[in-house]
Amino acid sequence: MWLFLGTEIMFFGGMFCAYLIYRINYFNEFAAGSRSLNLKWGTINTIVLICSSLTVALGVRAAQMGRRKLLVVLLILTIIFGLAFLGIKGIEWYDKYQEHHIPGASFNAADLVRDYPQIHIDQSHEQIYFSLYFAMTGLHALHMIIGVGLFSYLTFYAWKGRYTPAYYTPIEIGGLYWHFVDIVWIYLFPLLYLIDRKPLG
Amino acid sequence: MSEHIMSSKLYYGIWIALMILTVVTATVATVDLGPFNTIVALVIATSKALLVILFFMHVKYSSEKLTKMVIVASVFWLLILLFLSLADYSTRAIGHG
Repeated sequence: MWLFLGTEIMFFGGMFCAYLIYRINYFNEFAAGSRSLNLKWGTINTIVLICSSLTVALGVRAAQMGRRKLLVVLLILTIIFGLAFLGIKGIEWYDKYQEHHIPGASFNAADLVRDYPQIHIDQSHEQIYFSLYFAMTGLHALHMIIGVGLFSYLTFYAWKGRYTPAYYTPIEIGGLYWHFVDIVWIYLFPLLYLIDRKPLG
Repeated sequence: MSEHIMSSKLYYGIWIALMILTVVTATVATVDLGPFNTIVALVIATSKALLVILFFMHVKYSSEKLTKMVIVASVFWLLILLFLSLADYSTRAIGHG
């Protein structure tokens, strides 16, 4: 499992690398794009994911101790947190859709140019920021959807009593996956939302 | 595989620490620290990732050396990717000409 997570680091790593290079070259556009994201929802989503990681960690512990009902409850709580995260992400994406911030033919960052007159913004560079935003949060959301599917499977068999203190490897491995996806978000949050939030001088 | 069962108090403690760090990073970002804004954000993110890896993922109590090696190697590969790409791009003139 750890080797798989190693490959996942490289999978996301390619995007982080593209992000890093474009952020250095087009810092103004990245800063303006970052300001336009909803900090409140981003922070709430970070907290939601941290809570889900806690329920996963406590779930592994429940499996280690053979407490079946507690394990099922914690797995279901994790799924609920996961779905809440995806729901909030959906709200944020919908806002971006309404603001014409989705890269493509109808992309329009004129509102950013108007709102941040202190910053010089090139519209085509602004699209790069939002392309990376959607690619990175999209890939992360895809991992969340897979995680919710995995945890539904684990919940079903946990309910059937398949996992015991002698055999809880699937819970442990599912947990590692979930924590990894949480860690990716721990980095995505400051890199996408907090690029430049200080008051404009 | 970790046979060590951690106390639930420790899990709650880590959870509270992660919550506090999240609020701190979101708040500090609104204060002008110059170039240190990015550094503070990355240091906090890395501390949070370390807490998750060491405690939630049980790496601190794992006796398996191979697990630790895979983690260190993975991060090292990522740094190679980032630094060598950066070394290349930062010595070219993209976006300026």
